[in-house]
Amino acid sequence: MAEVIEREEQAPEVPPSPSLTAKEAKSLLWTPVFDDNPIGRQVLGVCSALAVTTKLETSIVMSMAVIFVMALSNISVSLIRNHIPSSVRIIVQMTIIAALVIIADEAIQAFAYDISKQLSIFVGLIITNCIIMGRAEGFAMKNPPTHSLLDGLGNGFGYSTILIVVGFFRELLGSGKLLGVDVLPLVTEGGWYMPNGLMLLSPSAFFLIGFFIWVVRAWKPEQVEED
Amino acid sequence: MQNDSIQKTIFVAVALCLVCSLFVSLTAVSLHDIQKENKRLDKVKNILIAGGLYDPSVDVQSVYEKKVVPLLIELDTGQILNSEEYPDGIDADTYDLKKMAADPTFGRSVDADRDIANIRNRPKYIFVYKVMENDKLQRIILPIYGYGLWSTLYGFVSLGNDLQSIQGITFYEHGETPGLGGEVDNARWKGLWPGKQAFDDVGNVAISVIKGQVNPKSAKAKYQVDGLSGATITTRGLDSMLKYWLGNEGYGRFLNTLKQGGVRG
Repeated sequence: MAEVIEREEQAPEVPPSPSLTAKEAKSLLWTPVFDDNPIGRQVLGVCSALAVTTKLETSIVMSMAVIFVMALSNISVSLIRNHIPSSVRIIVQMTIIAALVIIADEAIQAFAYDISKQLSIFVGLIITNCIIMGRAEGFAMKNPPTHSLLDGLGNGFGYSTILIVVGFFRELLGSGKLLGVDVLPLVTEGGWYMPNGLMLLSPSAFFLIGFFIWVVRAWKPEQVEED
Repeated sequence: MQNDSIQKTIFVAVALCLVCSLFVSLTAVSLHDIQKENKRLDKVKNILIAGGLYDPSVDVQSVYEKKVVPLLIELDTGQILNSEEYPDGIDADTYDLKKMAADPTFGRSVDADRDIANIRNRPKYIFVYKVMENDKLQRIILPIYGYGLWSTLYGFVSLGNDLQSIQGITFYEHGETPGLGGEVDNARWKGLWPGKQAFDDVGNVAISVIKGQVNPKSAKAKYQVDGLSGATITTRGLDSMLKYWLGNEGYGRFLNTLKQGGVRG
């Protein structure tokens, strides 16, 4: 929760213009991907980024679920933002997010059963993903629905970018596969690649996210905080 | 109405809950049948894998119907029940191992000193599966489960028609670390099992999953399977699980019944 409140102060001010120019739309959508990435810059939602990224496939499905939940929760919160009593606003946001997460979970169980078995409880845990709460409280409460939708999608893409990059390297280096297809032939199967077991354990995601942040900040030095 | 008035707060809370619950129940109800079918097909698929019948290009349901016969047994006595004798509430299509184990009438708790597989409860009645070929028993597929490092592993082990040699093992549900304990899904590891002997000459459970690699020259090699490297606790769990389920607490009595009755199926 501490993270959510912190977010509130940092929330980028968006011009309250009711109509949305193409430039604003673009910036809402793309700023969270590299310039203000929810994981890389704000260090939110790291827990699930560690848990579901052992394989690329689970990373992709998890990303889609988070994009779905975040886009719809942002729209819903934004639509009723002028009617939410401030005393219960966090509960209202949680209820909307929880309902959407259950819907996403049910859909995954119905249409991607094998993956739902691998994601197990982590889909349910999207509810506690700080990014979604952060965007609902920090953005959707103050901005009109279209802005909020784009912001939700943008942050969803930002989250997904990290998940997919991390999932790509963990699966490739940890089990020599991509999307379950053998890419690097393993020593145990008669090939030459000795898989890196660390990649399959959660700590490796920390290293990879660290590298990601490093690369992005080397490319965009304005993100480096001053000491 | 003021946004922060008590009436409005209660109104918003109630209305929101109603709307959300409506959406959630609509989704849950409309997808329920698909989910149930997914679960059933997944189980059927795993029965076929354990029975060595799985072929991704063939419809699992039709193979299952053609070759597999479910058999309800009472674990404590080892008796096979005819379909007329099934207790109310049990049938092959809807049987759910986890629910049955936890159920007060259909499950029973396992004494702590015997609970080597760490399962706490097990069903009184359980379905095993016969694989038939031209009316002759080819294999018998036995459900097994037990605790590994993080999770309970659910799977099947199959025995050949001598009720002695292991033909295959597979797990359909577990939450072990991918790449380490999760290697129970590795086809190469599963390939180590066929041909191993489950029981020794006097009928005691002899199969064990050992730490490290089996020495092929050892006299015990036919009873031993390599453990999973880097997954000591999962390996230990697998070992205890097999000892539990093949022993007298598990299928021991049933296998004796089968042996005495001759293995014609």
